[in-house]
Amino acid sequence: MCTSGARVAEAPEDETTFGHAVWIGVKDAFHPVVSFVDVLGGHVILAGRALSWLPRRPARAANYLEASDYIGFGSLPIVLLVGAFTGMVMSLQSVYAFRTFNLESYAGGVTAKALSLELSPVLTALMLAGRAGAGIATELGTMRITEQIDALESMAVNPIQYLVLPRIVAAMIVGPILSLLAFIIGMGGAYFVAVVIQNIDHGQYVANIKSILTLSDVIQGVIKSAVFGFVVILIGCYQGYHATGGGRGVGLGTTRAVVFASVSVLVLDYFLSDLLLSLMGTPK
Amino acid sequence: MSEPAPESPGEDLKQPDPRWHIRVRGLTKHFGDNFVLDHLDYDAERGKVNVIIGASGAGKSVLIKHMMCLLRPDSGSIWVDGTDVFSLDSHELAEFRRRFGLVFQFAALFDSLTVEENCAFPLREHTKKNKEEIRAIVKDKLAALGLDGTQRKYPGELSGGMRKRVGLARALVLDPEILIFDEPTTGLDPLATRNVDEMILETAARYKVTSVVISHDMASVFRIADRISMIHQRKILASGTVDEMLANRDPYVYEFIRASGVAAAGAGAA
Repeated sequence: MCTSGARVAEAPEDETTFGHAVWIGVKDAFHPVVSFVDVLGGHVILAGRALSWLPRRPARAANYLEASDYIGFGSLPIVLLVGAFTGMVMSLQSVYAFRTFNLESYAGGVTAKALSLELSPVLTALMLAGRAGAGIATELGTMRITEQIDALESMAVNPIQYLVLPRIVAAMIVGPILSLLAFIIGMGGAYFVAVVIQNIDHGQYVANIKSILTLSDVIQGVIKSAVFGFVVILIGCYQGYHATGGGRGVGLGTTRAVVFASVSVLVLDYFLSDLLLSLMGTPK
Repeated sequence: MSEPAPESPGEDLKQPDPRWHIRVRGLTKHFGDNFVLDHLDYDAERGKVNVIIGASGAGKSVLIKHMMCLLRPDSGSIWVDGTDVFSLDSHELAEFRRRFGLVFQFAALFDSLTVEENCAFPLREHTKKNKEEIRAIVKDKLAALGLDGTQRKYPGELSGGMRKRVGLARALVLDPEILIFDEPTTGLDPLATRNVDEMILETAARYKVTSVVISHDMASVFRIADRISMIHQRKILASGTVDEMLANRDPYVYEFIRASGVAAAGAGAA
């Protein structure tokens, strides 16, 4: 009787344990997917909460100007430097490649197309990720672990409206400006390499740029830059805002901000290019 | 114990109580598998210095963050003058929080702002006062705390005690009804600790605010407390005046106070 009773008592426990084990196994197997969806959802929620504050007062123009200064003006030297040398090396490679077919005057057009559509928006976004995204993640992370964000909330100031919204709006505005400036200085560098150093005829070089580069290319680059700026700074804000675990947590958040933002820009670039090309196209 | 039974079935929490300013009922909160508060009941007395003691990790900070609605509970309610704080919408909550001043453990001053800008922050956000008026109020509050002349300094240039006083000045500029101090003497030397204690007492006396202080510095607790409540095992284990707590024979309360080594001094002070 006792033995039988013990068996009866154990049976449900075994079932529970087996079921629990299966559940744990399934959870572990899908953990990366669940984590990805969780983080992605977190970004969407943060963006939604921030943008919902856009039409609401107080506007705090100074915060927008300060964020624009930090993200835009602060990133200007590095973006211009990268833009100039990217244009120069692109021009150099194009001239050598096209010289095989005696078509080196086309190097200007090809460089302009590549810079406006891809190189300026993507490299500008990567520079923003490394500089502004990392800086914002560190700043907000430090504010989080030193309770400055709690202090804002305790003073009846919404920290998302105060800290996140100005930064992502500023990034959407200054991102395209930085990208355009990178494009312009990149073309200056490309012209210098092609015309001054490689002795390509000025008239032909410029005429080919005019025939190959379209307004649509520039607009596509601007749209991409706005989206990349938004994504890069949103990721920086998210990682900082949700930082935990002291200095190490802030460091990890900063690292994640740079890595996630860089990967996101490169992945998003393909899908955004596909979308924009299908919507706006490019004349042949 | 002098505190009325908080669970008393006849109590009407929707009516402001002349004696109790903050009333916490059945507050439960867990983070993951860790239950921090479990059906906790607590009352803070109006116009008095109410100190919450307990071991590290007992849930003291979690309790005060709920009082300001910085955290949402799993269940339970907190009533301030007949208002259930968790029923407020975002606009009402913003208004409600202006009735509180929170002094953080490490002051939580904004690094990028000067002392004056830190203290002016709530006034700039919530009032239409002009710069001169704001400057005058800040100067007045800083002077009351012995900080006049530090307006242009940044938080990084201040000592720990000065930072706490600036944190208090910032909390006071909107003339709150309730002041909450999160471990105000942690990390301070004995003289600075005494200064902070005096600051809490002077503030309570001058501005007639209800103070809620969380601490496990028993010497400080005995100096400032009108009322002490102890959190243990996710609930309020005991509440009362200093004398009542010293007379408490609950083994944990007795051991906690005895281990601090200041029971005799506390008894003397009381």
